[in-house]
Amino acid sequence: MIAQIAEYMAYPFVRYAVIVGVLIALCSSLLGVTLVLKRFSFIGDGLSHVAFGAMAVSTVLNLTDDMLLVLPITVICAVLLLWTGQNTRIRGDAAIAMISVGALAIGYLLMNIFSTSTNLSGDVCSTLFGSTSMLTLRLSEVWLCIILSIIVVAAFIFFYHKIFAVTFDENFARAVGTRVNTYNLIIAVIIAVIIVLAMNLVGSLLVSALIIFPALSAMRLYRSFLSVTICSAILSVICTLAGMLLSILYGTPVGATIVAVDILAFLIFTAIGKAAGRE
Amino acid sequence: MAELICKDLALGYENQVLVQGLNFEVNKGNYLCIVGENGTGKSTLMRTLLHLQKPMSGTVELGDGLTATEIGYLPQQTLVQRDFPASVREVVLSGCQARMGRRPFYSREEKKLAADNMARMGVSDLAGRCYRELSGGQQQRVLLARALCATERMLLLDEPVAGLDPKVTSEMYRLISKLNEEGISIIMISHDIAAAVHYASHILHIGTEIFFGTTEAYRKSPIGRRYLYDEEEKA
Repeated sequence: MIAQIAEYMAYPFVRYAVIVGVLIALCSSLLGVTLVLKRFSFIGDGLSHVAFGAMAVSTVLNLTDDMLLVLPITVICAVLLLWTGQNTRIRGDAAIAMISVGALAIGYLLMNIFSTSTNLSGDVCSTLFGSTSMLTLRLSEVWLCIILSIIVVAAFIFFYHKIFAVTFDENFARAVGTRVNTYNLIIAVIIAVIIVLAMNLVGSLLVSALIIFPALSAMRLYRSFLSVTICSAILSVICTLAGMLLSILYGTPVGATIVAVDILAFLIFTAIGKAAGRE
Repeated sequence: MAELICKDLALGYENQVLVQGLNFEVNKGNYLCIVGENGTGKSTLMRTLLHLQKPMSGTVELGDGLTATEIGYLPQQTLVQRDFPASVREVVLSGCQARMGRRPFYSREEKKLAADNMARMGVSDLAGRCYRELSGGQQQRVLLARALCATERMLLLDEPVAGLDPKVTSEMYRLISKLNEEGISIIMISHDIAAAVHYASHILHIGTEIFFGTTEAYRKSPIGRRYLYDEEEKA
């Protein structure tokens, strides 16, 4: 088996895929805790559907670099969702449901009407559940991914204490003069970037799993914000690597395999947590 | 000059006025208790004093060199905190966020300040423990330590003894009195009228009638007598 893996690793496209996979796993796990605790889980889900809609539009327009369209649209929607969640009469969760299902429907509709592709359902399926496109990454896409990952990790480290403060107690943070809205905005933008990145790996329907599962697993065992964050980052990278290797070896779909490994890790962590009497 | 002066304040949401004509001031070292029935605007007043919400009319002025971010706040517990994985040290340190400003990390002085305040509140030995696994009284001490990292001058406490058992409640009151004696002005929302007249130097009663004055004057006023008498009846 190891010989087989080594053989695959000799191909540059497999190496690219592994590099990108590890980076995406790292980034996506960082904000998981914040997302879960701020009850933002559905924002992640909603945004991934928006990204799907944007992807459909860029396919229809035959854009060579769809990131240029998908990324700004998703970031704008993240900002809008956060604002509607706070200020309008439509409650946050209802707004998210509206935007996400709407984007999904419009995206599919556009692809159906305008697509010139001969394999429409194949295109849709791979956008939703992740595709083999991981194995066809161009060098420019790998670099884009590396740069975005560095930005995400740097932003997270730079704003780490503020993110903690804003997540733990928004009112206290506001009262002592922290610009809570600004930091919520930063969190939303980082989430949007992560989702667009991660869509390449696991597809838009499974993105939330990549973000949520490592954080939830880590929270079974660890009890401080720092340790949960570090644990979920390490766990996410390990699960993604394992999932990618398994999918290469057995020819299973990449996204679904990674999520399956994440679920397995969650079950193991829950069991250990119970055994250790922490639940 | 007073540290905090409220002039002709009216509070409410949208077009509904909860309370109006509020006039009171807090001087250095005062211990003000805000009492009144539920729904009379006590929490709204607190949010206004913290600049989380704008008053419908009137003004909140700060004096004596006190700035808005120098007010420490002990909020009621939120849902999020019940399953938040955070150590006591992390929670207390977050009280220094205003001092930190744009810097990304806490300085050595801020870490020392957090450690000192944990010692002051008697929670140093809990520093590595998980906040959500503590008892209600311990959690309140931790949040007090956090508030103290934000201020040396004025503390706003929103029902600090809600849900605590009698023994822990009186410990909490003693702790707050001790801080008051050290020179920190206290503004506290309370349902516990007996404790309020026992510990506070001033009372603000809001509702259909409004009273502001020293505790002694409150005991003698018609509204205070009625309210205190009611409480004794219930007890």
